[in-house]
Amino acid sequence: MNHSEFINKKDINWFHACQVEDVPHNGGVCVKKGNDQIALFYFARTDKWYATQNLCPHRHQMALSRGMTGSAGEAQEPKVACPFHKKTFSLDSGKCLSGEDYHIKVYPVKVEDGKVFIGEHAITGNVEIDKDCLECAS
Amino acid sequence: MKKIIVVGNGMVGYKFCEKMVAKAPKGSYHITVLGEEHRPAYDRVHLTSYINGNSAEALTMAPVSWYEEQGIDLHLGDAGVRIDRENKILVTQSGLELAYDILVMATGSAAMVPPIHGVEKTGVFVYRTIDDLDKIMDYAHNVKKAAVLGGGLLGLEAAKAMVDLGVEKTYVIEFAPKLMPRQLDDAGGAVLRSKLTALGLRVHTRKHTYQVLGRDKVTGIQFVDESELSLDMLVISTGINARDELAKAAGLPTGTRGGIIVDDQMVTEDPFIYAIGECAAHGGMVYGLVAPGYDMAEVAMTHIIANHLEGEKKDRTFTGFDMSTKLKLIGVDVASFGDPFLTADKAQHVIYEDKVNGIYKRLNVSLDGKYLLGGVMVGEASQYNNLLQYYKNSMLLPESLDSLVFPEQKGDKPAGAGLAALPDGALICSCEGVTKADICQAVKDGNETVDAIKKCTKAGTGCGGCVPMLKDLATMTLKTMGKEVRKDICEHFTYSRQQLYDLIKLEKLSSFEEVLDKHGRGDGCEICKPVVSSLLASTLNEMILRKNNDTAQDSNDRFLANIQKGGTYSVVPRIAGGEITPDKLLVIATVAKKFNLYTKITGGQRIDMFGAHLSDLPFIWKELIDAGFESGHAYGKSLRTVKSCVGSTWCRFGLHDSVSFAIQIENRYKGLRAPHKIKSAVSGCVRECAEAQSKDFGIIATEKGWNLYVCGNGGSKPQHALLLAQDLDSETCIRYIDRFLMYYIKTADPLTRTATWLNKLDGGIEYLRKVVVEDSLGKCLEWEAEMQTILSQYECEWKAAIEDPNIRKRFSHFVNAPDEKDPSIEFVPMREQKRVLEWQ
Repeated sequence: MNHSEFINKKDINWFHACQVEDVPHNGGVCVKKGNDQIALFYFARTDKWYATQNLCPHRHQMALSRGMTGSAGEAQEPKVACPFHKKTFSLDSGKCLSGEDYHIKVYPVKVEDGKVFIGEHAITGNVEIDKDCLECAS
Repeated sequence: MKKIIVVGNGMVGYKFCEKMVAKAPKGSYHITVLGEEHRPAYDRVHLTSYINGNSAEALTMAPVSWYEEQGIDLHLGDAGVRIDRENKILVTQSGLELAYDILVMATGSAAMVPPIHGVEKTGVFVYRTIDDLDKIMDYAHNVKKAAVLGGGLLGLEAAKAMVDLGVEKTYVIEFAPKLMPRQLDDAGGAVLRSKLTALGLRVHTRKHTYQVLGRDKVTGIQFVDESELSLDMLVISTGINARDELAKAAGLPTGTRGGIIVDDQMVTEDPFIYAIGECAAHGGMVYGLVAPGYDMAEVAMTHIIANHLEGEKKDRTFTGFDMSTKLKLIGVDVASFGDPFLTADKAQHVIYEDKVNGIYKRLNVSLDGKYLLGGVMVGEASQYNNLLQYYKNSMLLPESLDSLVFPEQKGDKPAGAGLAALPDGALICSCEGVTKADICQAVKDGNETVDAIKKCTKAGTGCGGCVPMLKDLATMTLKTMGKEVRKDICEHFTYSRQQLYDLIKLEKLSSFEEVLDKHGRGDGCEICKPVVSSLLASTLNEMILRKNNDTAQDSNDRFLANIQKGGTYSVVPRIAGGEITPDKLLVIATVAKKFNLYTKITGGQRIDMFGAHLSDLPFIWKELIDAGFESGHAYGKSLRTVKSCVGSTWCRFGLHDSVSFAIQIENRYKGLRAPHKIKSAVSGCVRECAEAQSKDFGIIATEKGWNLYVCGNGGSKPQHALLLAQDLDSETCIRYIDRFLMYYIKTADPLTRTATWLNKLDGGIEYLRKVVVEDSLGKCLEWEAEMQTILSQYECEWKAAIEDPNIRKRFSHFVNAPDEKDPSIEFVPMREQKRVLEWQ
């Protein structure tokens, strides 16, 4: 599930990252945001967008945007594999799926008029709880 | 509810908790654990891997949250200081007074520091805990010379750590006349010594250390014979002392050589106090290995459940433990089992020694020749598991011992043939005490993969030595159940690579998305994407980045370059056969200077340029291609190089023109994608300067033509190539290579080199020869035609990439600032060139 669906989008400060056609299908690009680097992914099969920190926490390499995307498990949770040592991370929760204690930041994404926007701030753990509530409510 | 206190949170203390949680009746007990260190129990067996970057977390047996979830009170950083046996109270360092019904001593051991003057000096360390390693790593920065005191198992582990830390000169000092005196006989110790010396370790035996030199800081050591050795650091690893002081102060008897005395149920003199692991002395012996410790934990748990918790009444005894061990020391296999020292009056010796390759083996066989009693292996120990089973289960030895002494020959017999003969009770995993019957039952219960077996039985989770046997046992059991052994690529495709190859070919599929739509599920992953991409390339050989296939490529293929530390890429143009003109050398030099690249000659006779920014790659390749270079496919699972010696054109020994043939071969197969990378070489005579016998296919000139060798491999598991056919003319040689490669491409599992593929091929090289030379499958004409089609599709990927604006625009770091480079990349100077900053 894309987080951005469950957060009140008006509360978020968005910045314009790039155009939809700048991002390859089922892969990622790196977006410069001041001194920060954000990895942006587009899953064409489900038409979903995801954004995370570009830094792989394992060896501290700016590389996640160049990783292979995919899905895992019964729920086909979206994920990316770092090109360096193939550590995989959930694009939903930021959790490391290769059995280690790493965690990456996850950002909200929205698309309007062919433009891709990313939220200024990473989604925190609390928002995930909100997300569950919203899911129940709907 | 019985209050159980476990004093000590090491591997064995943890294992006791784990076993209790699994087996003891819920609600009948409560466990409190005291751990002296500030971190929960961790894997000390693989401590050295911490130096290579394995994190403390990765070594942790279970996180603090696990103890919480199991309702165990874990007190870290606190130790027992007094046992009041009368009132059954344990007093701790922090002042707690804990009442107990049962006390389990698992206090382990401490590093034994021999009585040497000056061991308190700065720069002297012991090698035992993660804290010790942190201190060593801190101190080692400026250390050029370090010595490890102790040439036993632990000492050599510590020496490896010194090498890994980049210490220039590492010495091993051993008091005894040989290395590993407890495990190896004299000849074995000598072979190990010469192997380690060849690897750069400086070994001194028969050295009795007298004192540590230096004012406050260690500057060297002096021996009893008054010789001295100057040093920057000293690591002491001469053995262990059982931590029995707490029990001793409480009046419990201890052994003459230390350790709390226990009976066969791990009970001390006090029926409410148990001792397990390295702090216990059983039969006068303190066991310094983890496997017997785990066994003790099992025995103590069984006894506590039966006698104190009113649980299952089982009877288990600890009757001593086999100290057999196999390990890899700095890349050298060493194994010792049973009694390695039996003299000629008690056993017959079978001895094999190969001084050229540094291999020594000794088997002690009973005088009647029927049973194996012990042995030693140095340099090659692939038969260890097999031999250990003969020894432990007192199995009758075969008449000819050749097959036990020499490494298993490939293709001799299907994997695991020896396993069927093992009795059900044979111990497969000695760390966790798991038998063959346990594992086969787990497989029958549906745990069909090694991971599932590990989870279910815990086998293979200790030292990991039995993992290959788990795999073979699973395969064997599944076969006896009449079940097909599935070779699915991953969760997204329920097909093997070979099945998918046929589907793609039959249905003429041309993109990953198409294949996923028709035959897969989900979004794919980092396992199936490269496999499918490779299959598409092997069937159609279209430029891999077209048709949106770019994001389905493995990360290096996607950018047609190898990603290096720091996130830059390397550039490797093809230099077929290793032949290059001075003008082309000038081009490489100019390009490297212009883009500030580090240059190095590769092992495959070409030139690698490192440190290229992603956005520079198209510009670099444009200049190279304009000068007549092509992609070298160093990034792909495809043909890499065909190495050559200089051959008959210049060499006075050369029989044929090996350079010309190598260039012809390299240009023929360039761009051919396969399950894994393919390397080749051509030598102009039997002196074999091109090292063709270590390649996937290698060609050596003979008086009458070419000899073709296949399925060799360097790398981590070197294997010599085997002769497929001899005295071939050039044309036939190429035809055989066509057939061989097509057969490999069609049938190998993903990421399987030709050597491993052949090892798994039923019938081995004989069968392969029938297929390739005698055309026993009747497929060769078809394969040759297919190969011709694939090869005719070749185009230089880099040329295609820079000419296509859609592909070219992917080569920038920032999508929203295409001209900016990744600011996180930093270089530092090194030997007049540059390197990237070391990663964290």
